[in-house]
Amino acid sequence: MTQPLLSVENLQLSFADESVIKGISFTINPGETFALVGESGSGKSLAALSVLRLQPTQATLQADAIQLGDIDILRTPESELCQVRGQRIAMIFQDPMSSLNPVMTIGQQIAETIQLHFDLIREQCTQKVLLLLEQVGIPDAARRISEYPHQLSGGQRQRVMIAIALAGDPDLLIADEPTTALDVTIQAQILELLKDIQKQTGMALWLISHDLALVSNMADRVAVMQSGKIVENADNKSIFKQPKHRYTQTLLNALPNIHHQAEQKEANTTDLLKVIDFKVYYPIRKGLFKRTVDHVRAVDGVNFTLAEGQTLALVGESGCGKTTLGKGLLSLIPSTAGRVDFQGIDLSTLSREQLRIQRAAMQIVFQDPFAAMNPRLYVLDIIAEGMRTLHADLKLEEIIEQVTELLNQVGLDESALYRYPHEFSGGQRQRICIARALAVKPKLIVCDEPTSALDVSVQKQIIDLLKSLQKSQGISYLFITHDLAVVAEIADQVAVMYEGKIVEQGSVDQVLRNAEHPYTQKLLSAVPILQC
Amino acid sequence: MIILWTDALIFVLISVITFVVFSLRKKQHFVRPWQKVSQNRTALVSLVFLLCFLFVGVLDSVHFKPSDGLNKEVISLLDYWASPLREHQEKSYSAPFSVYAYSKELIATEHGASVWGYPRLKYAGSHLKDVIAEKTSDILLKAFIGFIKGTSIIVLIFGGYHFLRKLPLGSNKAVNTVFSALLFLLAGSYMLIDLSSFYHVMGTDKVGEDVFYQAIKSIRTGLVIGTLTTLIMLPLAVLFGILAGFFRGWVDDVIQYIYTTLNSIPGVLLIAASILMVQVYMANHQEQFTSLVARADMRLLFLCLILGVTSWTGLCRLLRAETLKLREMEYVQAARALGVPRYMILYRHILPNVMHIVLISIVLDFSALVLAEAVLSYVNIGVDPTTYSWGNMINGARLEMARDPIVWWSLLASFIFMFSLVLAANLFADAVRDAFDPRRKPS
Repeated sequence: MTQPLLSVENLQLSFADESVIKGISFTINPGETFALVGESGSGKSLAALSVLRLQPTQATLQADAIQLGDIDILRTPESELCQVRGQRIAMIFQDPMSSLNPVMTIGQQIAETIQLHFDLIREQCTQKVLLLLEQVGIPDAARRISEYPHQLSGGQRQRVMIAIALAGDPDLLIADEPTTALDVTIQAQILELLKDIQKQTGMALWLISHDLALVSNMADRVAVMQSGKIVENADNKSIFKQPKHRYTQTLLNALPNIHHQAEQKEANTTDLLKVIDFKVYYPIRKGLFKRTVDHVRAVDGVNFTLAEGQTLALVGESGCGKTTLGKGLLSLIPSTAGRVDFQGIDLSTLSREQLRIQRAAMQIVFQDPFAAMNPRLYVLDIIAEGMRTLHADLKLEEIIEQVTELLNQVGLDESALYRYPHEFSGGQRQRICIARALAVKPKLIVCDEPTSALDVSVQKQIIDLLKSLQKSQGISYLFITHDLAVVAEIADQVAVMYEGKIVEQGSVDQVLRNAEHPYTQKLLSAVPILQC
Repeated sequence: MIILWTDALIFVLISVITFVVFSLRKKQHFVRPWQKVSQNRTALVSLVFLLCFLFVGVLDSVHFKPSDGLNKEVISLLDYWASPLREHQEKSYSAPFSVYAYSKELIATEHGASVWGYPRLKYAGSHLKDVIAEKTSDILLKAFIGFIKGTSIIVLIFGGYHFLRKLPLGSNKAVNTVFSALLFLLAGSYMLIDLSSFYHVMGTDKVGEDVFYQAIKSIRTGLVIGTLTTLIMLPLAVLFGILAGFFRGWVDDVIQYIYTTLNSIPGVLLIAASILMVQVYMANHQEQFTSLVARADMRLLFLCLILGVTSWTGLCRLLRAETLKLREMEYVQAARALGVPRYMILYRHILPNVMHIVLISIVLDFSALVLAEAVLSYVNIGVDPTTYSWGNMINGARLEMARDPIVWWSLLASFIFMFSLVLAANLFADAVRDAFDPRRKPS
């Protein structure tokens, strides 16, 4: 049996009063891919930082052993450890934008790492940077070397991050959610790249992720982490085929399935929302007098109809204009052209005051439940805001009664009334946001990526909640998402958006199983599917 | 009783605050944070200090003409109670607790000859027969008596409070803290009061005036400049800042234009111009400003006004930037989707979320304004030379520091008072800001 590359025994990490990692042990062999899976807050990122002894200063680290090859990390002085980091272990992070220094060219940033670890003269260094950039698949490397991070796309930035990590020829690469901030098609490319590089250099990869489907495609061995403990640690096949621990089973069950068969609803013919040739352009202004020289066509002529009690999923990658479309429909963003008929009324013919009232029947639920609520208001006031606006004469007792009922509908109780949003978890906050939207009895709710900031198990709960609300109250959803698996779970109709236009539209079965447009096909092939 | 302009404004301010507190005392949103403040010891001690300063300031704002007095000078309640301090005027400099003057002069002895030496002061320590033997013990005794007086009053009130409310002694932490702070303050001030009738505890200045009296009188000036200026500046900054940030477009353009223009005019120039204007006006309308006090007061008021007008731009800019960020927040968009009118969005979602900036900059500005007053006095466009202010004291100390032997007590006295006021305000504002931020856990 080979000597493991990294072995960790009984690693513990605690902040002043609570322990975050409660004694985890694992080994990583040379050349293998080890995945640590868990929901947010389970301590998986902290575990990676602790192995490098980069844990937050106020935390206390304890372990029986952290052994990297022949180096005992626990007993190595900080000065020598700096050589270990980067040269033996390198790390890439989730957000490539904030990990790169915006005022340095990417060439400088890669060269900086090379010079830290190798004694090279300048020309050699530049050669090596070019080599690395080519290795991570950045085209036209000689020109790109002098560009700044903002000139690169998200995927390219992550490639640069990988190049920096590779600069020290590490034995182990820790990838902390390397693709979470990226689109599916880019995610597929980056994962492919990591696999390639691993094959070339024979380094080990420690992948940290919340995405079980992705992990099942990448890892040799998988450890599942739940609130600071590793509950299951086995090789890829056995963990996904026969999960032993209950938590692993729950996670696997919660995973949205792209092959989900939508239950057939009665076809409803009453159109609730009809959008004709809808356009939102942003002017590009230049010069002293801010003359409009051109437009960014965020939404460029979109047509669709949504029937009562149905769900239309709007799918597309970031920047395709799907969020702009959602906000534009609600007149939160001024539209450039087009017509929106809601309940048979053309919204553009209404006066501002009429629109304000009419708009209450169209509500929106946002992606980030942390930013979607005023942190200085009680939950009661947050939910009651819409009611108070529409019915100014409501008494406080009536409001409290109605808000309590709404809270019950979304699975919370009246103890939430006089608490602030920050006291709730992400899933609970999203429930409150849904309650706020429900408070004005809307006909249509625009759900703008309502589950993408949440963990899988919570995501399932929210989707189930949305479905049951639809059943009981007949609300229509315009469900904006980038996750095709979620679409299969909730939607009746799908519209695929690409560069401001809808390129394919139809029922879920039709679009997901027999995609016609090449872009939809590309999107579908990039979605990681659980391998078992 | 005579009410000067700044007096009236102070009274209005205090009654508005009292009214607001009274009308909000049942609202959950306001009661809870303040309960949090009451658990913070630093904040409570700072509050007691601030209230003490305020108390002195208010006492000093009740002006009247004494009926029995020979001269027709307008004095305040504080002056009336501190009469010995005010009237014990020596010839020139004397060090704290000294009974001799600070510089030598010719003294006529009993035998008719003159001796070159340090003369005895007229008031300080005049009750002592044998200075060398008695002075130290006399000071200690007087301090001790003062200490006992202050302590016993506090102990009586403390005991009485617990007796009336039927509480066991020391059961409420907040009450304990308040009373310890009061004990410290009252024992200290009684010591100073008892001593200052017989000595100059902080020495005297060039014309022989008691420095301690000057420092106390400066409290009102400091408070007036700090609060009235902020009061003028605040509505301008908050209103323009959030309007510009929220509505953007032409509203933003106009407001930005105004504050950029205003900012590019040197502030000192504006202040000098307006102070000169006031002086010219007063010279032309002498019948309206009959007393020295009224004239000085008018000048103080105008100083506050012009300082307020020149200093709102910084805060306005900050608030505009913050509002620009907030208006894109999803809860603002959600409110718009709910059909909440725009003024309600401003009031309910934007304003509370910029308040922390407002609070911090009020306190910082308050400190800066007290200091700015000192600088303005330096170029002679600050408060009236007859108005007592820390600025004037520091300005005077400029020459005293260059003197040999050095006269350090004016500077030290104004420093101590200014320091404790600004520090207390800072600590208190910090605690209030933390308490009103719901994201912060009580610690």
